[in-house]
Amino acid sequence: MLNRRFMLAVAAAAALVSSPASAQVEIQWWHAMTGANNEVVVKLAEEFNASQREFRVVPTYKGSYPDTMNAGIAAFRAGNAPHILQVFEVGTATMMAARGAIKPVYQLMSEANEPFDPQAYLPAVAGYYSTSRGEMLSFPFNSSSSVMWYNKDAFRRAGLNPDQPPRTWPDVFEAAKKLRAAGYDKCGFSSAWITWLNIEQFSLWHNVPLSTRANGIDGFDTELRFNSPLHVRHLQNLVELQRDNTFSYSGRTNTGEGRFTSGECPIMLTSSGFYGNVRANAKFEWANAAMPYYPDVAGAPQNSTLGGASLWVMGGRPAAEYRGVARFFTFLSDVDRQAKLHTDSGYLPITRAAYAKVKASGFYVQNPYLETPLLELTNKEPTENSRGLRLGNMVQLRDVWAEEIEAALAGQKPAQAALDAAVARGNTMLRQFERTVTR
Amino acid sequence: MEKRVVFDGKLLPYMLLLPQLAVTLVFFYWPAGQAVWQSFLIQDAFGLSTEFVWLENYSDLLSKPEYYKSMVTTAIFSALVACLSLSLSLFLAIQADKQIRGTGAYKAFLMWPYAVAPAIAGVLWLFMFQPSLGLIAQALRSLGFDWNPLLNGNHAMTLVVMAATWKQISYNFLFFLAGLQSIPKSVIEAAAIDGAGPMRRFWTIIFPLLSPTTFFLLVVNIVYVFFDTFGIIDATTSGGPAKATETLVYKVYSDGRLGGDLGGSAAQSVILMIMVIGLTAIQFRYVERKVQY
Repeated sequence: MLNRRFMLAVAAAAALVSSPASAQVEIQWWHAMTGANNEVVVKLAEEFNASQREFRVVPTYKGSYPDTMNAGIAAFRAGNAPHILQVFEVGTATMMAARGAIKPVYQLMSEANEPFDPQAYLPAVAGYYSTSRGEMLSFPFNSSSSVMWYNKDAFRRAGLNPDQPPRTWPDVFEAAKKLRAAGYDKCGFSSAWITWLNIEQFSLWHNVPLSTRANGIDGFDTELRFNSPLHVRHLQNLVELQRDNTFSYSGRTNTGEGRFTSGECPIMLTSSGFYGNVRANAKFEWANAAMPYYPDVAGAPQNSTLGGASLWVMGGRPAAEYRGVARFFTFLSDVDRQAKLHTDSGYLPITRAAYAKVKASGFYVQNPYLETPLLELTNKEPTENSRGLRLGNMVQLRDVWAEEIEAALAGQKPAQAALDAAVARGNTMLRQFERTVTR
Repeated sequence: MEKRVVFDGKLLPYMLLLPQLAVTLVFFYWPAGQAVWQSFLIQDAFGLSTEFVWLENYSDLLSKPEYYKSMVTTAIFSALVACLSLSLSLFLAIQADKQIRGTGAYKAFLMWPYAVAPAIAGVLWLFMFQPSLGLIAQALRSLGFDWNPLLNGNHAMTLVVMAATWKQISYNFLFFLAGLQSIPKSVIEAAAIDGAGPMRRFWTIIFPLLSPTTFFLLVVNIVYVFFDTFGIIDATTSGGPAKATETLVYKVYSDGRLGGDLGGSAAQSVILMIMVIGLTAIQFRYVERKVQY
């Protein structure tokens, strides 16, 4: 036993010495992907490593999204940052503000002479991770958007047409009331990520400002604006429907998504990334549709924005290593690879060409659920209000907003007062963020 | 003749103390000093820009009504958890101290929860009381009680108090049981012969003789609810709904780790440290006088 192990170790050591692998430049990639998504990451790294001999990408799982981001920040402070750090979309402003800590992707690509055309990327995707001058700072990796999932069996039971999902908010409320009457009395409809769906996406989808300065994209001196009459009306509707569980609150994150797959909530607004979970666990016929909107709002629906994460390149590394990172990004942008990644994993394709290729293949005829978020993202040319959003301290901002929404839903505060407080408290946090990053 | 050993030289005693001193300095005083230093700074998450701001973090903090709300929440939470866990575990220890069949198994089961990590304890309770999945929550709902810790602050508080109490009962139980077993049986029997009933025997003999244990546990329990409960809160309610379960230590965690506000978070932990030092000092100064050793 021991002997065989020893022999194996010797063989491994010999292989290390003799193979040219020892001369390879290592690229550290810290990520937050678990389960099937982790396999996607590992497979991508393996394929890249097999495609050339100069560089070796080493992916490392670092825990949840906040854990991974904190690990990257701590490693940077200790002078030991990875080359590539996967950061969730709400960390975007924090990363962008850390000018000394990151290497902008557009710079990286031009210095390494890799072909790179920002126009090749879907505008809604590229815009989210670019400066107001159109310089792409991070590399989009796994992108999703939010959609409305619904239970077709429940719709039939309530006498609703399962092939015509409600398109507007008033229609959703009507459908939920019918579903409630048909036995879904604990939950007519619900929403995961309460602030992402009902404040952030809601604002973009209705082409109303979430905050000034193009939702923070044009500057850190942005001020929140989501206490408008439209926002108040929406929250007020939710508050009223919560009383008899026609709407039922499911918490701040996506932990309430299980209420859809278990059949408790027949309508659930959440990420398009819910796809894998629904496919695996829902024991009923299901579908998804675009997010609802208020039909009296001019220009609605506009376009939605991204969730998910992008890859940030950390600063302070030698040029030789950056060449490897740039090569890896070119590898990731390849049309066929993007198309396959999209159809295998359910992530959105990030380039126009990949989207066009999948569309031409007829894939969406059988799998319309994967196209819904793309249609939302590309619904119209983005406006100042819908290019994306970029607010500092976003993780905590969402908590503060959720607290106020919870207070309104619990009947402790009127909707207007809750949103006013959410805006005021959020602005204080934005000013503090502005202060720490602009010095 | 008595023979005394005299160590001369000053070096040896210090050498012998050194490991303990080093551990205390490195693991307690150094981080505490770092926290105090950090609390005077405003810094971005990456540490790229640092500004020394004297006491601004403190004045910011003390001007926010949320901070006082969090103090009140902490006071309610710690009073509930300390009272409940002490009284329940004393009750259980008295029962386990009786001559009954299967005491051994009974004791072992009562000690188990102490081996469970706080976050896991939180998740266990969440599974029972989560409105749509939890068994007990579904039972409550079918009885017509609208149990909803996602929106009702009192329900959420009940949930974290239950989880935090349950987690601490084993520890208290162990100490109370040991304390009870060290009370001489003869004293209790003498009182019984003199005609004192069980209640009277408890309040006049057992409780006073148990007071050193109770006092020690009170101090330990207060420290526990102040510092060790954030795992439970994070796993069950994340401080919600609407800050109903946001205690001071959870706020330190969420502001520092989720919010990246290291200065403000450090200021909070310094205040928390002072509060616990103060509380412990008060306990030793005033409560200890009533303790009969």
